[in-house]
Amino acid sequence: MNDRHLSTQFDAELSGISTRVLEMGGMVESQVARAVHALVTFNSEIASEVLATEERVNQTEVEIDLDLSTIIARRQPTARDLRLLIAISKTIANLERVGDEAARIARTVQRLVNSGVSSRMRLPVNDLAYESELAVSQLRKALDAFARLDVERAVEVLKKDDLIDQEFEGLLRKLITFMMEDPRTISSSIDLVFVAKAIERVGDHAKNLAEQIIYIVKGMDVRHNSVGAVEDLVR
Amino acid sequence: MDAKVETPVGEQIKLSVRNLNFYYGGFHALKNITLDIPEKKVTAFIGPSGCGKSTLLRAFNRMYELYPEQRAEGEIIMDGSNLLTSKDDVSLIRAKIGMVFQKPTPFPMSIYDNIAFGVKLFESLPRVEMDERVEWALKKAALWNEVKDKLGQSGSGLSGGQQQRLCIARGIAIKPEVLLLDEPCSALDPISTGKIEELIHELKTDYTVVIVTHNMQQAARSSDYTAYMYLGDLIEFGRTQDVFMRPTKKDTEDYITGRFG
Repeated sequence: MNDRHLSTQFDAELSGISTRVLEMGGMVESQVARAVHALVTFNSEIASEVLATEERVNQTEVEIDLDLSTIIARRQPTARDLRLLIAISKTIANLERVGDEAARIARTVQRLVNSGVSSRMRLPVNDLAYESELAVSQLRKALDAFARLDVERAVEVLKKDDLIDQEFEGLLRKLITFMMEDPRTISSSIDLVFVAKAIERVGDHAKNLAEQIIYIVKGMDVRHNSVGAVEDLVR
Repeated sequence: MDAKVETPVGEQIKLSVRNLNFYYGGFHALKNITLDIPEKKVTAFIGPSGCGKSTLLRAFNRMYELYPEQRAEGEIIMDGSNLLTSKDDVSLIRAKIGMVFQKPTPFPMSIYDNIAFGVKLFESLPRVEMDERVEWALKKAALWNEVKDKLGQSGSGLSGGQQQRLCIARGIAIKPEVLLLDEPCSALDPISTGKIEELIHELKTDYTVVIVTHNMQQAARSSDYTAYMYLGDLIEFGRTQDVFMRPTKKDTEDYITGRFG
């Protein structure tokens, strides 16, 4: 928001809550990256660290929610201020779920390591790392677009979601081949399918964030539209 | 929505304002206002002080004619005739278009006579029918239960909120078609304000209500349509939910979000 309210306190409240959303976003972004790093390196210590930050993410969501209701009760916001707050409410729910996905990956890593799975089994963990780079970069772009309320960048995020979906499909095929070739990998391959799905969900959450940014700026609910339709709508 | 002719879609139109200009002497207070007020809906006018919203309200029943230096040009059409040039007695126009002011203005007479006074100007009713009319109006204004046992007492002995409802009762006793409310709650506490807003909601089943308010939340709560005015121009007019959730003009958004300075 470039221009200011008559009440500088209201401005401070809005920019304060936006900053906290970005902080929370940064937290879950690094959680996902670290969880996948733990997987690639079969390092259960890093996985434990990821799990340890989950509590902080959840707490942040609760605090931002409380701030939201306080601002709504005290300021009775309208128009884009109200849209911002509604969007933040949905955004933090999405970010919290990104944190859940990271925790899911971390728990899988712990299970794999505990059951003796290691890099010697040549599981396609690097493909998962690539999928995760795509998803984390989507998340970072969405958060960046939120910080600048940049609709164009939000639309870019929507456009690129397909890449992650394709990567997930490819991984699925690869893992099925693995299981067919060596049935001893079935258990750990299934674990990796769930990891791949978790990463794909991170991408979906980034997409949801992007849709909320369009709602804040344009006042349009673009959910459940094709990317092409969204591009037409925001033009 | 067209920028110039603002017409609510799918509504019956009660008042059509066309190219209305208003002058206080040399000061141009309303600039080419064109919009349609829908029938049996609540239309709110909002905007900062001096934007012309009260001036527009006063034009609807030619209240400005009391002051020789004030003049209106253009058209305000109701039932096919231009109110501004109508040869009808102005009190007949005001009987059709009643007005309630910012400060409660009970007449210095009994509660009963406050209501009956206006009715007597237009109708001569037998006592029984007049009693019925007074009771009807007080019930409509949600005041009957509070005053039915003291109709002979002075209207000025009532609380501010009750006085304002008495004025609304007085306004509707002559069975107008349009009710103009100029800041009806600005002198009232939240409970009385809540009662008046509830009343406004009830009134729109029978009347077209036009309300001017400084209280944006009140406009958001109680109106179906909202017009935002600034420095004599109509900036935006639309369904209240659209104006407050997704205004089309930046000026409107700045005002309702408190960025106006």
